[in-house]
Amino acid sequence: MTAMLQMLRVSKVYGSGPTEVAALQEVDLAVDRGEMVAVMGRSGSGKSTLLTIAGSLEEATSGEVWVDGTDLSEMSADDRARLRRRSIGYVFQDLNLLPGLTATENVALPLELDGTDSGRAHGTALQVLRDLGLADRAGHFPDDLSGGEQQRVAIARAMVGDRRLILADEPSGALDTVNGETVIRLLRDACKRGMSVVVVTHDAQLAAWADRVIFLRDGRMVDHTGQGPGPESLLAGPEQ
Amino acid sequence: MRHALLALLSEGPKFGLRLQREFESRTGEVWPLNVGQVYTTLQRLERDGLVESDDHGGDSPQKGYRITPDGHHELESWLRTPPADETPPRDELVIKVLVALQVPGIDVGAVIQAHRRHLVEMMQRYTRVKAEAAEGDLGLSLVVDAELFRLEGVVRWLDTADVRLSRREAYPPRPSHEVSSTIEPVLDRR
Repeated sequence: MTAMLQMLRVSKVYGSGPTEVAALQEVDLAVDRGEMVAVMGRSGSGKSTLLTIAGSLEEATSGEVWVDGTDLSEMSADDRARLRRRSIGYVFQDLNLLPGLTATENVALPLELDGTDSGRAHGTALQVLRDLGLADRAGHFPDDLSGGEQQRVAIARAMVGDRRLILADEPSGALDTVNGETVIRLLRDACKRGMSVVVVTHDAQLAAWADRVIFLRDGRMVDHTGQGPGPESLLAGPEQ
Repeated sequence: MRHALLALLSEGPKFGLRLQREFESRTGEVWPLNVGQVYTTLQRLERDGLVESDDHGGDSPQKGYRITPDGHHELESWLRTPPADETPPRDELVIKVLVALQVPGIDVGAVIQAHRRHLVEMMQRYTRVKAEAAEGDLGLSLVVDAELFRLEGVVRWLDTADVRLSRREAYPPRPSHEVSSTIEPVLDRR
């Protein structure tokens, strides 16, 4: 397997009997290294469930999930936890930044939890914040940052260390279009460095930044975009 | 086009060829313009007293143009005038979805999805234009943004149509006689 993330016939069922809900049904998805895939679908289509299963935060009811060449079901709970800390970065809609920690401390936290000594973790965190244009905000607490800056700190935390797969749930959140674009450009830059990114969103403008867009409906993958002609065809005049 | 040329001339006198190049570069080269269109428009602007030319002897590329006070007034007035408020266009996509609702055996959800995919593919292509453009290319960003917002609006319309369709399938409308009993009193009053 060469894909960074591979999901094979993945289903997820919540509840049982009359209250049973099939959140995902036989979903197949492969995300290559350096690729950005967007998953679109309306509320309840299963897109957030897909993300949590891909990130091993939840287990599939059936099917296989492979991350970086390893079958998650073959891993011990400790190994899965290590994979989550080291290889997978998450960007949640509500960010989950710890209010009592500075931007640097928030970004350094996953490294420290993984055993990196504090000085080194802070140095690495500061470098990522610098790369994302947040050097002058490194010592600020989340409440002292704008919405766009908080979002960038959350992305810095998802990228820090040796992360290879970034899973983002509505990463532009409630940001305006221009700030949202800054966030998605950072994720695209991460892809250029070889990271794989899966973005879950209902926002077509955000999804349009992805190499591929997958459409989910009632837990099933119903469609996806193709490669299509390149952008140069748009500038040659009206397409008819 | 008339007003775009007036806007370019409001910065100072320019030659026709330069006007064509500046128009294209400032609109992100999305709207190509041939030099013949530029000269025809300039002639009309001159006839209307909105621009003046240096040389009345011909249409050489070295002929310079400048905006007149009437031209400035026209430009300022145009910038503040809302675009023509027309009746809604008969949108082909809206018609297709309405027709799909009437045709037996058609999966309207699948029709909607086919159009949604096509629109998102168009948006991906425009987004690549923006991603590859130079950071400071404001004209191109604005033109591409306008198209992305238009396409996104259509995608959102399709999403809404999809939800309305699912609701109708889950809660079918009441039989027509019940509906008519609720609207008849309204009609009677007219």
